[in-house]
Amino acid sequence: MDSSEIRQLKILAAKARQGAILGTYHAKSGHPGGSLSAADIFTYLYYKEMKVDPKNPQWEDRDRFVLSKGHCCPSLYAVLALKGYFDWNELTTLRHVGAMLQGHPDMKGTPGVDMSTGSLGQGVSAACGMALAGKLDKKDYRVYTVLGDGEVEEGQVWEAAMFASHNKLDNLVLFVDQNGLQIDGAVEDVAGIEPLDKKFEAFGFEVIKIDGHDFEQIKSALDKARTVKGKPTAILAKTVKGKGVSFMENQVGWHGVAPNKEQYEAATAELEAQIKELEGEC
Amino acid sequence: MAEIIKKATRESFGEALCELAKDNKDIVVFDADLAAATKTSIFQKEYADRFFDCGIAEGNMIGVAAGMAAAGKIPVAASFAMFATGRAFEQIRNSVAYPGLNVKIAGSHAGISTGEDGATHQCVEDMGIMRAIPGMVVLNPADHWEMKAATKAAIEYNGPVYIRLGRLAIDSFNDPETYSFELGKGITLHEGNDVTVIATGLVVNEALKAVKELEAEGINARLINIHTIKPIDREIITKAAKETGRIITVEEHNVVGGLADAVCQVVAEECPVKVTKIGVQDTFGFSGPAWELLDKFGLTRPHIAKVIRDVVAEEK
Repeated sequence: MDSSEIRQLKILAAKARQGAILGTYHAKSGHPGGSLSAADIFTYLYYKEMKVDPKNPQWEDRDRFVLSKGHCCPSLYAVLALKGYFDWNELTTLRHVGAMLQGHPDMKGTPGVDMSTGSLGQGVSAACGMALAGKLDKKDYRVYTVLGDGEVEEGQVWEAAMFASHNKLDNLVLFVDQNGLQIDGAVEDVAGIEPLDKKFEAFGFEVIKIDGHDFEQIKSALDKARTVKGKPTAILAKTVKGKGVSFMENQVGWHGVAPNKEQYEAATAELEAQIKELEGEC
Repeated sequence: MAEIIKKATRESFGEALCELAKDNKDIVVFDADLAAATKTSIFQKEYADRFFDCGIAEGNMIGVAAGMAAAGKIPVAASFAMFATGRAFEQIRNSVAYPGLNVKIAGSHAGISTGEDGATHQCVEDMGIMRAIPGMVVLNPADHWEMKAATKAAIEYNGPVYIRLGRLAIDSFNDPETYSFELGKGITLHEGNDVTVIATGLVVNEALKAVKELEAEGINARLINIHTIKPIDREIITKAAKETGRIITVEEHNVVGGLADAVCQVVAEECPVKVTKIGVQDTFGFSGPAWELLDKFGLTRPHIAKVIRDVVAEEK
């Protein structure tokens, strides 16, 4: 990746963050914090890594994405809209009665959503099922899933992890968006999960630790994952909850609270300034 | 009279899966370390490449099955009814039923006839739990032939299905020459207008024996077999309520949430009649040989016959 490609990704990620702010503002609810922390991962996956076709969302040979931390869908929806799965204006009716965009991902109603998720710990199992189906059908598609670091407190995550390594699902890549915060406080204060790398290693994963906001590190981790044979890969991505909006960064209070009008305008302007600055560099 | 086959419905289910898998390459089967008990082992022996043991992790098993269905497969996930619908309830609700994925969930060792293992393994709530989930089809076949036909129908139906399997070997009463299974349709096994008995699953044959015994006493009880608990056959129940008045339900399940409640909902809306509920009376089971337990819970021929007799006497 050259510097202009990275700039383009940064611009797209900033737009995705704007979409998450736009959606949660209009919804008057939702989860901005984790949406912002995972936005760079979503952006890279959809723009660089995954083999998908927005015109044919059900394409059988596509790579699959499961947002196991389903509540962070506002920025995923924004990336899907940017990719052309649906109109950007849909974001303004997020969580409204009769709207296409549900509070948590709905595979039946939303083009581009490969699995309905929201109940934590469940998406990762579904991702295992998709990866296993690919193996069974001898297809070369890959399956990606993003979990929250609070989410790994769910026992099902570890049932799925055992299943993935037992079945040698090397077509599965599991991200943990390690923003360090969950609803009740810091993950390490609520119900500590560390050492997470050793845990995934013990569960049979190839483990790669990265800065989840550094596109070059995201790229090299995913490139490495493609070379790993006979076991799944876990990418532990250190992130900042609320990333990109200064007053939301590292604030546990922004887990599940929507911005009011002033906050919406301030956040949008801050992200717009980032975009302008990046575009100026082009 | 057709030949009587004595077999547990779990075994009929395993055989049916095997037969269906021959022509349907999309069928994949999951179990949670109970393959020998749920009889998915029959499938495993023939189709090892399409069988996956998930170990003792039912929640993950259901989630994996959901992912498989999302990728176009027809997954069948089996465990004991207790763990399939209890432990994995929320995975079934959120990962399977909400997205309407084509997963078949088989709950074996359902009801108190699980026997000696006792209350922790005797699921008397599974039909109620599954029936409460929007869009879930709930099947409770009564004998070998019905289980085979129901398994085929479940595979052919596109959407989530829960199918209840029994541990206990029971006699068949259906005739394979004339038997036909239609999803959502009850079957009248015995005509009569004095009272209607509506039974489901493993105890249907006991109810059938009871109504036949009562013929000699001049009691003409109608017997309806409800193999599909949801969507329930409203028409056959309403017709029975109108024509016979009193209804008696018979199920190897808590009288809360299962057949009794499903029937009560229909008659309350269509034709209110008094309903007498034979089943587990909102208690837990306990250890013991299956038939002794069925007898204790009033689910055998003599007990069912007595209730019918009493109800008819009360009406006169």
